[in-house]
Amino acid sequence: MSDLNNDPMLEAYIFETTQQIEQLEQAVINAETSGEYNTEIVAAIFRIMHTIKGSSAMMLFNNIAIVAHKTEDIFYFIRENSPKSVDVSELCDLVLEGTDFIKLELEKIKSGDKPDGDEETLLGRLKEFLVDLKKTNGYENDLTTKDSKASSNKFYISPSANKEYSYKYSYKIKLQFQKDCEMENIRAYMIIHNLQDITNELHFIPNDIIDNNESSELIKKEGFLIYFKSNNTYEEMNDFFSHVAFLEVYELTELKDSREFEKLVTENQTKQKLEKVNDKKVNTQHSKIISVNVQKLDALMDLVGELVISGAMVTQNPDLKGLNLENFFKAARHLEKISSEIQDVVMSIRMVPLGPTFFKMNRIVRDMCRSLNKDVHLDIIGEETEVDKNIIDNLGDPLMHLVRNCLDHGIETVEERIANGKSKEGTITLEAKNSGSEVLVIVKDNGKGLNKEKILNKAIKNKILTKSPEEMTDKEIYNLIFLPGFSTKENVTEYSGRGVGMDVVTKNLEAIGGSIQVESISGKGTTIILKIPLTLAIINGMNTRVGNSHYTLPITSIKESFRPTKEEVFKDPSGNEMILIRGGCYRILRLHEFYNVNTSVKRLDEGILIMIEHEQKAICLFVDELLGEQPVVVKSLPDFIKKIKKIRGLAGCTLLGDGSISLILDAEDLIKD
Amino acid sequence: MSEIDDKVESNHEEDTQKGKFLTFFLGKESYGLDIKYVTEIIGIQAITEVPELPIYIKGIINLRGKIIPVMDVRLRFKKCEKEYNDRTCVIVIDVKGVSIGMIVDSVSEVIVIPDSEIVSPPEVSQKTNKYIKGIGKVGNEVKLILDCHKILSDDDSENLNNFQ
Repeated sequence: MSDLNNDPMLEAYIFETTQQIEQLEQAVINAETSGEYNTEIVAAIFRIMHTIKGSSAMMLFNNIAIVAHKTEDIFYFIRENSPKSVDVSELCDLVLEGTDFIKLELEKIKSGDKPDGDEETLLGRLKEFLVDLKKTNGYENDLTTKDSKASSNKFYISPSANKEYSYKYSYKIKLQFQKDCEMENIRAYMIIHNLQDITNELHFIPNDIIDNNESSELIKKEGFLIYFKSNNTYEEMNDFFSHVAFLEVYELTELKDSREFEKLVTENQTKQKLEKVNDKKVNTQHSKIISVNVQKLDALMDLVGELVISGAMVTQNPDLKGLNLENFFKAARHLEKISSEIQDVVMSIRMVPLGPTFFKMNRIVRDMCRSLNKDVHLDIIGEETEVDKNIIDNLGDPLMHLVRNCLDHGIETVEERIANGKSKEGTITLEAKNSGSEVLVIVKDNGKGLNKEKILNKAIKNKILTKSPEEMTDKEIYNLIFLPGFSTKENVTEYSGRGVGMDVVTKNLEAIGGSIQVESISGKGTTIILKIPLTLAIINGMNTRVGNSHYTLPITSIKESFRPTKEEVFKDPSGNEMILIRGGCYRILRLHEFYNVNTSVKRLDEGILIMIEHEQKAICLFVDELLGEQPVVVKSLPDFIKKIKKIRGLAGCTLLGDGSISLILDAEDLIKD
Repeated sequence: MSEIDDKVESNHEEDTQKGKFLTFFLGKESYGLDIKYVTEIIGIQAITEVPELPIYIKGIINLRGKIIPVMDVRLRFKKCEKEYNDRTCVIVIDVKGVSIGMIVDSVSEVIVIPDSEIVSPPEVSQKTNKYIKGIGKVGNEVKLILDCHKILSDDDSENLNNFQ
């Protein structure tokens, strides 16, 4: 088994299946909210299950394939017969259970284990549902009875037990379906599937019926050929085939000589291998999306950054000074334009829409609503907003915690809501929008809001208060919930209350350079705003100079810059310089003193002050001069240096247009005392 | 297949590199550096100072888009500083994935010193000899062979932190 799973194929399988499962969940939840399975959704689920079945069978993950197959059966029936009464919520449960099963198995595969989950119980329920569905809608025809018979058989004969048998008879059968029955390949597959219940030695031509829709045509033209061995007698088999629906003619022959069977089988297998190879080729040609290793993209980013810089080094080369090179500069401008376009494209490659991350929350909301007995609707706005891939990866967990918290702590139970004169159904809104170089992700609920007193009491109890409660603003109190070990919920529930959630949120956000804000109105709801940078790789920076060194400040942290007059500046008794601007008093941080840099500019009225701000705190940085604004590629300081010491106030470094290095300042770190 | 090829390749490379040393000067002394650590040798270039670092780390340089720290080996060995000139070189070494540039007075040549010609340094006091792995004899000359790991590993860094 393992030698078939060469890595790229397995990787592609996991990637594709995971994506499809996500789509599937989305479709199911849509169906549940709308209360019906419309043709579109049914077709979508059918298609996805069909693909999963095909690819899982190809990768020999049989339990996944079978679950997918049974789910597909149900939707096949719904699609073909559009039954009047379908128990939507039970079907949703079943399908979601199926996806959970597949997800679990995928995890096993990912970690290198064999997918060995037991699918039988789930299968039983799926089958039962189909039978019930057919019964309630009056489709108790031959197909149903036969199907249920076959399925009950399967329960008692486990496939592994079958393997031990040496079969008594060998058969060859050629089938021809009715002219207008359509979907020959699916029907052929169903036959094969039913045959699998009685035999393990089974070969068929064409053999790619699962994942090649063109095989339909082939079956139509040439018929469907099966070789199999079985203990059943000719009569039993004849009976079996006579019950298959849509069969026009069939020709069952018993092969006396088992050698003939073996020969056919070997021929068949070689052909199968060849066809599998061909199949793979066709598939790759069809796909328009390729998945790329992020590391390769990072490398590409770096290279493009260098390209831009070396381009600038050529066109602004000091050797060219004073020369009149009209054509050269024309060409140089062209080069610049193209390289900046390349940079844009590379950046855009790394950008991924937030949609899938948001849609995952649907499932969480649904499951929690059920177990907590709450009625909550999830609104998603702006899911097309794009952010850097690295950031998306770090956003899933915090969002999940926030949504869970909203549901568990925020939204009241139905009774409470009605008692408070609110609509029965609570709403959680997930919204994403661009705002400058940041993306705002807003998680809003219309629940009971945060309880200030509870928060304070808890904080006092856990001794995490740093100020006396009277001095604290509402905002400061609300922000207490993000401290580690804080949770007001008395009881630990399945979903939250362990007091780690919010802590994880802040940690994950800090890792991606984001920040978090919370607003709340008692009785009306809570809004949590996540501010995350568009990308970690490129920021808009203001380059400044101190002596011979260059420093870059992120534009987002700059409030203003100005040249002070002597009168505005004063010193406090301990010698700290301060400045009074529009009634506010700000500390002055001389960068040359802070980093001990040699510079000739020491008088405040000769240099320039930059006011930087972080979370309502501001200080003024003193530098020699401003060099201008430009987007810079953020690089981290070499590991060697990071290992020696964490340098205060430095976030990283970047390359300037002339190839020199500028150090990127971290406003937050500089501001804190 | 390719994995096997790689192994053969690296074995082969190691063999050709074995016993070869890049020699350079600091003042009058000649030092040797195991060639397998050396990535490249470049002339001295503009160094960006980084604040709050030990004095022997002069700062960082841009090596074709890769940013690496540079260390003045003279200062590392607590010798007096010497102004850089056009003989000054930066030897870029890579030890276990950590790249660093070493500023030396001048680079001389690559020589072969067989193991038999290398003796352990005398056990004077561990302080003075801690960066020397061995002493190689080449004709009448003596080459001090550096221990790259020790140069990079920072037993000083703790002291530095305490000091701050």
